Amino acid sequence: MDSLLLLIPVSLFLGFLGLVGFLWALRSRQYEDLDGAAARILFDDQPDKETPR
Amino acid sequence: MSLIVPARPIASEALSAAACAHCGAPLAPGQARFCCTGCEGAHALIAGLGLAAFYARRESEAGALRPEVTATSIDLVPFAAAGRDGTRRLELVVAGLTCGACVWLVEQALAREPDILSARASLSARRLTVTWRGEAGRANDIAALLARLGFRAAPFSPACLRATEDAEGRELTRALGIAAFGAMNVMLVSVAVWVGTDMGPALRHGLHWLAALIGMPIVLVAGMPFYRSAWVALRAGRPSMDMAVSLGVLATALMSLSETVFNGPYTYFDGATALLALLLAGRALDRGARRRARQSVAELLALQEGTIQRLLPDGRTEAVPAEHAAAGDRVLVAAGERLRLDGVAEGDTLLDAAATTGESLPRRFGAGEALPAGAVNMGAAFTMVVSAAAKDGSLAAMARLLERAEQARGRFVSIADRASRWYVPVVHVVAAATFALWWGALGAPWQVGLVNAVCVLLITCPCALALAVPAVQVVAVGALFRRGVLVTSATALERLASADHAVFDKTGTLTEGRPVLIPEGQDPAVLAQAASLARASRHPLAQALARAAPDAPALDGVHEVPGQGLVRGVARLGSPAFCGLPASVDGMTLAYRDGDAAPVVFRFADRLRADAPAAVAALAGLGLDAELLSGDGAGAVDAVARDAGIAGWRAGVDPAAKQARILALKAEGRRPLMVGDGINDAAALAAAHVSASPAGATDLAQTASDLVLQREGLAMLPGAIRIARRAQAIARQNIGFSLVYNVLAVPMAVAGFVTPLVAALVMASSSIIVVVNALRAGKEG
Repeated sequence: MDSLLLLIPVSLFLGFLGLVGFLWALRSRQYEDLDGAAARILFDDQPDKETPR
Repeated sequence: MSLIVPARPIASEALSAAACAHCGAPLAPGQARFCCTGCEGAHALIAGLGLAAFYARRESEAGALRPEVTATSIDLVPFAAAGRDGTRRLELVVAGLTCGACVWLVEQALAREPDILSARASLSARRLTVTWRGEAGRANDIAALLARLGFRAAPFSPACLRATEDAEGRELTRALGIAAFGAMNVMLVSVAVWVGTDMGPALRHGLHWLAALIGMPIVLVAGMPFYRSAWVALRAGRPSMDMAVSLGVLATALMSLSETVFNGPYTYFDGATALLALLLAGRALDRGARRRARQSVAELLALQEGTIQRLLPDGRTEAVPAEHAAAGDRVLVAAGERLRLDGVAEGDTLLDAAATTGESLPRRFGAGEALPAGAVNMGAAFTMVVSAAAKDGSLAAMARLLERAEQARGRFVSIADRASRWYVPVVHVVAAATFALWWGALGAPWQVGLVNAVCVLLITCPCALALAVPAVQVVAVGALFRRGVLVTSATALERLASADHAVFDKTGTLTEGRPVLIPEGQDPAVLAQAASLARASRHPLAQALARAAPDAPALDGVHEVPGQGLVRGVARLGSPAFCGLPASVDGMTLAYRDGDAAPVVFRFADRLRADAPAAVAALAGLGLDAELLSGDGAGAVDAVARDAGIAGWRAGVDPAAKQARILALKAEGRRPLMVGDGINDAAALAAAHVSASPAGATDLAQTASDLVLQREGLAMLPGAIRIARRAQAIARQNIGFSLVYNVLAVPMAVAGFVTPLVAALVMASSSIIVVVNALRAGKEG
């Protein structure tokens, strides 16, 4: 039973990391364009220009 | 989230030998690779940019990317926002941006421009954000480049922004994520308790505390959307489904918490969180489908918006958005432009007022006569004095009328609400009776009575009932979306399914609403020459001529003589008087004269839509009698009614009379479906039981309609009704099923047989059955 003391907190912590990741993705608007995101992973060419910042 | 299937591509297989190499439209005999010169130019441009890989991936609809013969461009300079460090930023809504390859093409083509810093397109919102360094005038170059590729761009309007920025939808998604996280983790603990029959009470107590630790915050946070809406309903004194959900979830959570504290045998945190997750999923899907339709409508409207040319005192003109003009401003109206404001002409004008009055022929307005906003200039460019700013004008007044009419329609009670009106009180009475039975009649401790009463609430928590209608709606709205029908209102499908009478407008609805060349045996060579000249003009008749011969190349050196016609060398195209013929009666005639050759006359007329008779017949087959209401004269209306196969018609009906007729029909107990496109139809559209507007309708008509047909023609209307009726039947089945399930499960709960495991099983199984049944709603049948 001692293993539970370690495993349950670890599993909860990992799940919590996933939740934080989801909330971060939602906040940074990654769910705004689901159709576009699905297509975008197939684009192989990156814009071949220097990004002037 | 895969209930919403993306629009099914049609074009890939259409890319065979007989399709245009750019837009994918079928080729006419004699055409080698391209359907028109615009497509040829676009293909050359894309190949020149080294982006030909686009064609291998393109999935847009055939013909969607055909560059327009004479694109009506909006001056975009006022919409380019200046950044702090000399950069400019432009937000556009781009029509035709329908596939991943289109996004790639647009982004890459713009990235090839040296001064453009970034170009990012969003496929769902059809939104393109471009930033560049330099002149604001580059905005128009960007739009021109997009137009040459076959995309139409318009400024991203506030309406588009409202449709895209969906704070409530984001909150639902957030709540869904939290609830799903909670449900899975609580289930992890619960399964251990269910299967751990040899578990000691201390460990079980510990695991219950763990479940409470995860479950309580989740229930409080993720349930907020329901609690808020239940509170609103409670204050309005109406029982709603959300009230039953809130009470069930909160009572279950509290009861489980007390069981945890007193180390009872069962806790129900898994049931409460899974219930929330399921209900939130249904709601988020429903909202996603509706948001997609709203975005498409906003896109259609944005493409109609534009700027006006304001005359400055020094004679120059500046482009300003229509809402910035004030009464007394002088505005230049170009040939073929739609009036965006009420005004008074300074000279004689010829206007097509079909959208405002329903007349199919253009009418002459004298100097000083009031001009209605929404009319199209069929004559030469003229100057008018604005008589009312946009917010005080006739269009705004009509929009306010619409709002009032729509509020009245908001009283429609959907089938789900009707069911919840008696379902919610019944459930609460049964729960109270259960408590009374155990505690009072059977003499059990009050805790046992409470647990069993809450179990009744949990098991009746309208999980299947709350999913029953939204799941069907999502599937049906998605199916209609793929067929080019946008559903903008939540109860539209239900109302469409029950419609029993159809009222049509004439101009623009049963007819094409734009002039079409009447074939009278003109020589094709002469037609092509005339069409080449016509390409230089924005005049509606010239554009109709150019459409009649899409292969004719555009020519250089064409001069426009304002108000009369076009000249190139010795060739003339214009009004009959311009070519030495007597003037035409109705202004729907063009003449062409090449030097000394005999003049050729091209006559134009508004034509019945090819699929209108079939659509009317199909509606009759569905039990909807058709009726025609038009503002036009009796002769024209009678002819169209006979051709379309409509028995009842009224001519010379003004907007108020149209609305009155609709209200009279409703007073007779009929449920009229109104189909119209004009500003004059908007009031009737808003008053009708359910309303639809065809492709190319005015923005007011589209806002007033429940359904917007995106593709040309009326052919989808009967199909939409069939889908709506089928969806309605399935929704009824689903509600019936969830009631039957309740009738079976409630006695178990009352008797105290419902353990958390049983609750989880029945809840999941009933939800799955309802959702699977709903998936059938997409088929037309």
